[in-house]
Amino acid sequence: MEYLFKILRFDPRQDEHPYFQDYSYETEETKSVLEALMEIRNVQDCSLSFRYSCREAICGSCAMVLNGKFDLACRTELESLDSPLIVVEPLPNLEIQKDLVVDLDPFWEALVKIEPFLHSEGAIPEKGHRIEDEKIDKIFQYVNCILCGCCYSACPVVSKRENYLGPAALAKLYRFVKDPRDKRPFKNWSRVNTEGGAWGCHTIFKCNEVCPKEVRPADGIEALRRKLIVEKIKSLNPFKR
Amino acid sequence: MLSHDILIVGGGLAGLSAALSSDPSLSVAVISKVHPLRSHSVAAQGGINAALGNNPDGKDDNWERHAFDTIKGSDYLADQDTAELMCQEASLTIYELEHLGVPFSRFPGGVIAQRPFGGAGFPRTCYAADRTGLVILHTLYEQSVRQNVRFYNEWLVTQLVVKDGRCLGVVVYDLENAEFIPVQAKAVVFATGGYGRVYMKTTNAFINHGSGIGAAYRAGVPLKDLEFVQFHPTSLLGKNILITEGARGEGGYLVNNKGRRFMEDYAPQSMELSPRDIVARAIQTEIDKGNGYESQYVHLDIRHLGAEKIKKRLPGIREICINFAGLDPIDTPIPIQPAQHYSMGGIDVDKNCASAVEGFYAAGECACVSVHGANRLGGNSLLDTVVFGKIAGKKISEYVRGANGVTDSEKNLLDAALKFKNRVEGWRKKDSGEKFHILMGRLKALMNEKVGLFRNKNELAHCLETIQELREAYEHVYISGPCLRFSQELVNIIEYESMLDLAEVITLGALNRDETRGSHYRLDFEKRNDEEWLKHTLITWQEGKPQISYKDVFIGKYQPAERKY
Repeated sequence: MEYLFKILRFDPRQDEHPYFQDYSYETEETKSVLEALMEIRNVQDCSLSFRYSCREAICGSCAMVLNGKFDLACRTELESLDSPLIVVEPLPNLEIQKDLVVDLDPFWEALVKIEPFLHSEGAIPEKGHRIEDEKIDKIFQYVNCILCGCCYSACPVVSKRENYLGPAALAKLYRFVKDPRDKRPFKNWSRVNTEGGAWGCHTIFKCNEVCPKEVRPADGIEALRRKLIVEKIKSLNPFKR
Repeated sequence: MLSHDILIVGGGLAGLSAALSSDPSLSVAVISKVHPLRSHSVAAQGGINAALGNNPDGKDDNWERHAFDTIKGSDYLADQDTAELMCQEASLTIYELEHLGVPFSRFPGGVIAQRPFGGAGFPRTCYAADRTGLVILHTLYEQSVRQNVRFYNEWLVTQLVVKDGRCLGVVVYDLENAEFIPVQAKAVVFATGGYGRVYMKTTNAFINHGSGIGAAYRAGVPLKDLEFVQFHPTSLLGKNILITEGARGEGGYLVNNKGRRFMEDYAPQSMELSPRDIVARAIQTEIDKGNGYESQYVHLDIRHLGAEKIKKRLPGIREICINFAGLDPIDTPIPIQPAQHYSMGGIDVDKNCASAVEGFYAAGECACVSVHGANRLGGNSLLDTVVFGKIAGKKISEYVRGANGVTDSEKNLLDAALKFKNRVEGWRKKDSGEKFHILMGRLKALMNEKVGLFRNKNELAHCLETIQELREAYEHVYISGPCLRFSQELVNIIEYESMLDLAEVITLGALNRDETRGSHYRLDFEKRNDEEWLKHTLITWQEGKPQISYKDVFIGKYQPAERKY
């Protein structure tokens, strides 16, 4: 099978504008987009840059846009794109560092803002924590997130509102507040009770659509909103205490 | 000049553990060639061992039994004091990880769930479904965020700078800026992982070229027991992606083309849950005898576990099978074959993770303490990374608090960086020569063919000769891409030198060891020979070539006995 790859190229330190470069690629075998990109690089053009590591859809390095679809290059078979023309673009709404390599700093910074770590209290329990399996199951959906950045990059709100935390960070916050071991006080995480936080989501569900790991971050955002309301009501209850 | 008290190279489990346990009053930084979450630790699946005794079948388990299984599994090449140390620390390590946020799967009553694993007398492998590496790596990264650990990501260490037996720092290639930077440190820990990609067929990530181990070797640090290469029994046919031992731990069968559970013929008691060296050889033997499918694989059948259990306990491998083999293991057996998976050998360090070079430490897969000896048990590598990463962080902090500065350190580092830059310029000036990917491909195929599961003198000797030819070809390597920013070509050319070094050390160690022990199987010496070979191989780069020496194994309570499973 013969393919024509159109790959977005850009070195912001040299080029004025991004441009597409064509590469023809032929293979008889079943190949992933990542494997094809590596062969194109090795044989045709060693200046082509992209990130990769595990090649098994668990490290989150190779998120990009393939024929308009967000996905990990390693898990996308050429045949599955069903087209002899393959357009490869970097994740949008992020600065291009070079070719398909983008600057994910805004994504990591948003994550840091939600305090993405367990707030456990006290000393380590002698025989460990006691947690029912169903409770672990409830957070596992979000634990499966590999932080590839697809949802953040695809989110229409992220692209318009600079201070919006984005789907991955908010879903991660829900993963923690839902964890029975997490004792962060409500006043601490209620900072996301804002338009830059949980209320910024426009329920377009692009994040659910593009997530390669079926995390469905919007479920987490919705649940976070419900929890915010419940906690708010609790805090207003005059009979408390 | 950029300078830190402690530099940790590698952002996987061992590196992050070291960072988190280092003295926070010191200036500590982690250098990683990828973002830490992209490290290969993330791909670990089946679990982490500790004798918690939570499984009803594991009530009588304790750390001594864990240590015994580890030592027996190592074919008695592990240093028994260090294996005991690791197993003693195991339970507390699990509770600490849990308290930091790791969402382990649970048993009724809410305790941490444990599944059986190969070579273990009791079910003692703790897990989070089959994504244990992902959850532990993410948790330790989260804690690093909490502690404000300084990271330099997408920096590749190209050289460990040592002068007069003392570590001065490193030289790095900064991928974003295409700069070659000297970094000064009072002490350095390498936590750079394994070298799986020296082999054609490996479960390892594309980035696992072993360049950390290679850099230590070229700086004169001895490497230990590198001939012991673990081949995982069950990698997915095609891309050789890992299919966890947990699949057999949960009850999966290995079946040949006659429909037989052939492990009966090799390890009638432990069957599929024998140690990896034994199961991997059994699978290859079946394939070679003509009992495989298409002469290249056998079946791992988990259909009888049922959809519910597969979805709950093995969702990751189900996803891998669907994504990468187009089959659902609920309905279809998984085609599997052995593939390189882990390095028992590595940078020679003691139980404090200290090497022969002052101020240079190593932990995790790149290091050899040795706790795994000639064959590692499944579930012990995650434990190794966290336990010894932590020890490395503590010990290096103690060292740094008592260390004096070194005169001329800056000058030596600057010289090293300049020399490296000139070398890169040399590769760049050429407009023709050898392309890295062709050379790399030849080396990988060679190692797969000659230094695999079954070895013999002639093949090993021939392999060494070919490695020399490849070394000569490397002299003609050149950079074809015009831009050095984010140049994977440059990364590969740099790392390929380490791959050559490690291939040579693996092969040389294997050629000299005239016995069969653990993962090292010599067709011309099929028995273990304790009289002559109960010792560690040490290979040191001296005067431009590898020099071999040997070192005693620490034997404690357990006298070497025949391994039966």
